Amino acid sequence: MTLVWLILIPFIGGLLCWKAERLGEMAPRWIALGTMGLVLLITLGLWFQGEYHLPDPTASSEAARWSMEWRAAWIPRFGIEVHLALDGLSLVLIALTGFLGVLAVLCSWNEIVRRVGFFHLNLLWILGGVVGVFLAIDLFLFFFFWEMMLVPMYFLIALWGHSGSEGKTRITAATKFFIYTQASGLLMLVAILGLVFVHHANTGEYSFSYDDLRNTPLSDGLAMWLMLGFFIAFAVKLPVVPLHGWLPDAHAQAPTAGSVDLAGILLKTAAYGMLRFALPLFPEASQAFAPVAMALGLIGIFYGAVLACGQHDVKRLIAYTSISHMGFVLIGIYAGTELALQGVVMLMVAHAFSAAGLFILSGQLYERLHTRDMREMGGLWGRLGSLPGFSLCFVAASLGMPGTANFVGEFMVLFGSFAVAPWVVATASAGLVLAAIYSLLLMQRVHFGPTQNDTPLAGLDRREFFMMLGLLALVLLFGLYPQLLLNTTDAAMLEVQRLFSAADTLITTLPTGVA
Amino acid sequence: MTLTLTHLVALLPLILVCVTAIVVMLGIAWRRHHSGTAFATVVGLNLALFSLLIVWQVAPLETPLLAVDGLAMFAAVLILVSSLACATLAHAYLEHYQGPREEFYLLLLCAAAGGLVLSASQHLATLFFGLELLSMPLYGMLAYTFHERRSLEAGIKYLVLSAGGTAFLLFGMALLYAQTGRLDLAGLSAGLVQGAGAWGVAGAGLMLVGLGFKLSVVPFHLWTPDVYEGGPGPAAMFLASASKVAVFVVLLRLVLSAPAFQDAWLHDVLAALALLTMLVGNLLALTQSNLKRLLGYSSIAHFGYLLVALVVSDGLAAETGAVYLITYLITTLGAFGVVTLLSSPYGGSDAAGLHHYRGLFWRRPYLTAVLTVTMLSLAGIPFTAGFIGKFYIIALGVEAGRWWLVGGIVVGSAIGLYYYLRVMVTLYLVEPGMQSRDAPHDWGIRAGGVVVLGLALLVVLLGIYPAPMIDWVRAMGTLTS
Repeated sequence: MTLVWLILIPFIGGLLCWKAERLGEMAPRWIALGTMGLVLLITLGLWFQGEYHLPDPTASSEAARWSMEWRAAWIPRFGIEVHLALDGLSLVLIALTGFLGVLAVLCSWNEIVRRVGFFHLNLLWILGGVVGVFLAIDLFLFFFFWEMMLVPMYFLIALWGHSGSEGKTRITAATKFFIYTQASGLLMLVAILGLVFVHHANTGEYSFSYDDLRNTPLSDGLAMWLMLGFFIAFAVKLPVVPLHGWLPDAHAQAPTAGSVDLAGILLKTAAYGMLRFALPLFPEASQAFAPVAMALGLIGIFYGAVLACGQHDVKRLIAYTSISHMGFVLIGIYAGTELALQGVVMLMVAHAFSAAGLFILSGQLYERLHTRDMREMGGLWGRLGSLPGFSLCFVAASLGMPGTANFVGEFMVLFGSFAVAPWVVATASAGLVLAAIYSLLLMQRVHFGPTQNDTPLAGLDRREFFMMLGLLALVLLFGLYPQLLLNTTDAAMLEVQRLFSAADTLITTLPTGVA
Repeated sequence: MTLTLTHLVALLPLILVCVTAIVVMLGIAWRRHHSGTAFATVVGLNLALFSLLIVWQVAPLETPLLAVDGLAMFAAVLILVSSLACATLAHAYLEHYQGPREEFYLLLLCAAAGGLVLSASQHLATLFFGLELLSMPLYGMLAYTFHERRSLEAGIKYLVLSAGGTAFLLFGMALLYAQTGRLDLAGLSAGLVQGAGAWGVAGAGLMLVGLGFKLSVVPFHLWTPDVYEGGPGPAAMFLASASKVAVFVVLLRLVLSAPAFQDAWLHDVLAALALLTMLVGNLLALTQSNLKRLLGYSSIAHFGYLLVALVVSDGLAAETGAVYLITYLITTLGAFGVVTLLSSPYGGSDAAGLHHYRGLFWRRPYLTAVLTVTMLSLAGIPFTAGFIGKFYIIALGVEAGRWWLVGGIVVGSAIGLYYYLRVMVTLYLVEPGMQSRDAPHDWGIRAGGVVVLGLALLVVLLGIYPAPMIDWVRAMGTLTS
């Protein structure tokens, strides 16, 4: 039942926020903060209670896979269940959702002044939907949450966004975001249904259950098409380069909290979907597709980095760096070694922290300067109190400085993938140089260089300071002691790796097939 | 055959609706009273709805002209529910109308009776009779506020084009009769079982044109936006809901029973029409700035999706068609309900321009929530009934391996999102300075408001927990004779 509450709490909290608006502006903020704090506390409680350690290789039975499970019949006609389950991977990502949720509420404390209640309703419903995505292992339920979380995000961008630069309105950006993700989601629905009907043809029973569908025998061609259905849906959200068109606009026009959610959590749902569904459901097809996926990842790394260098808008720059970082994630996922997969989780968490940090900082800059155009900034180092210092730290994290969690993640991804695809890794490493360039460019243009004006601006207040300090502490904590995270997700990643490499041996040495 | 008491019981809903129509007519002749007439209408429709519980005991049952089976009862429930919603909202709408108000209910009842006959017909005579009984009052309803130029135009446009459609239908029937010498559906299918022959296929095709006109299938859709825009809210609502349901059900019955409609060539034509309808409907809706026109195009697109059920016509098809009809119906009723409430009391043309809806949320949050929910449902977003319907249609297409149609649905939905979102976001934008049309302050506690809120609640409930709806549809499906 705890799992159900994890999903319900944000939804109920959101409704309360909406209704509490009549009590004044502060009430919804405190309620939202309390709600997300509660989610975070419950998750941390589960973390300390549950035993997440390296699994016993002899006991790899199905029952031991989930540390918590909850199921109830929903639509018996098609064997659809409300089936929630928690393992190390989902636990980490839910904890991340809770933490970034708290940050998102905090960073809009002063930014959002209109329709506060309705804003927090949308914010909390996004987070509720994301938690649902991380918990659902019935494919119908997964799709349900996957599509559902788009609606509040749409409102968040369309109603509280900035009508930004060059005539691009926030409504266009929001609509673009919605159509991209919804249309690709429908492809996933088609793929899910294709899988279900193959299963039905084999067994005579409808089922959307992850465990049932995983063992569906598929012909190679069909498996490839169905896998592509899933992949495209996830690739749009991740985003992978030819399908990334919505991301810069959405980020640039979204309010800070929206950007934090988008970069920190929503992009992670795509990587999670690949790890949880695309790879385990279609291991052979994924294995065959891996070279293409890695190539796309490489393109993403360079494309994102190069375009980031040319941006004038701070938030667009950070958005393009996200594309670049997600390229590493994609390579790691499709390399499929244990080290690379662990690195992917690490990098996801690290990127969530660093991107959230940078977005919050640019939100704070905007609150003080009322512009996000870097051409109008410069020389802010001495004028803003501790803000530039924090910027430097997060920029360093973003470029993968040793000591930060990003370094550990990128290093593990590259190291783990080297055995599988040495040339891809060698090329991707060159992308790290570009990362250094765009990161330093950001720092140089915003905080150094000639000043526009000498009047000191307001420094960080206590709320802002502790937000940044907390984020920075986490970046350093996981950078210096990553084992904390790795232990938790190890079992889940080992399972993915087992399936994936089993498919590999099946392809290369067909008759023996020992996994 | 002799008419027994059981037959009378089986026809009870139809009889009750007709009796109500006569009572209303006599009542108007005796003394005009708007609320009284509306009340009598609602009571009669409710009685007919409850009498279905009794009919349930005796079904399935056949008379030479009408079949009281699961499909007919299913359609009867939908038609009666939508007539009820129309009657309730018409009361709010016509409250301040200057002309005679009571006849609207009379027309509504006649049309409802026509719908009941049509959906239960298993003889070409009742099919034609039902269709005309359904359409004739609609001309009157659409042109009811005839002081408005657009309303009159809508009525006359529908009259003329509908007559054209009917001519096609009749010609098709004549050809089928020439081929087989029979007019009842069972006889037709028996006569066509050795192969339809050229006349048979031509006849079936022409009937398809006639019925396709009523369903506004592309390329017979040209009347739809104008009629939806011009007709008064409740009339457009009836046209979009009850009328379409009845015609679709009879088409489903034809396709499921008569082999001439299962002809491979006709099937391909039907599939092409479905694809064309969903794409054209969605594309044309993109640039609309009038909510009623937009809903008209959106209903064209939705019937494109529904045609997939006819194209596949086995396996899950009947169930899919039924589920989609339910979800479409309650959603459309909800959307038109909001438009009608905002346009009531009657004050010239309806509040249909999108600019009337700008910033509505900050004045009427609950009414906006209803419209948002219905828009999301039309777009097929989870948590709404529309998603369940879309899920069914895609499942059907995937099961049958009709990849072109599945592709059409995906593309159509993606295009559709654009204009549904446009409507939605308009509701939440900053209020304009000028005074917009508004619903009465106490709309939420009035009958019309309650109906609309109930519909929105139903949309959400069925979206979250559709199992009862699916069970009910399947129970109806087993009641075939």
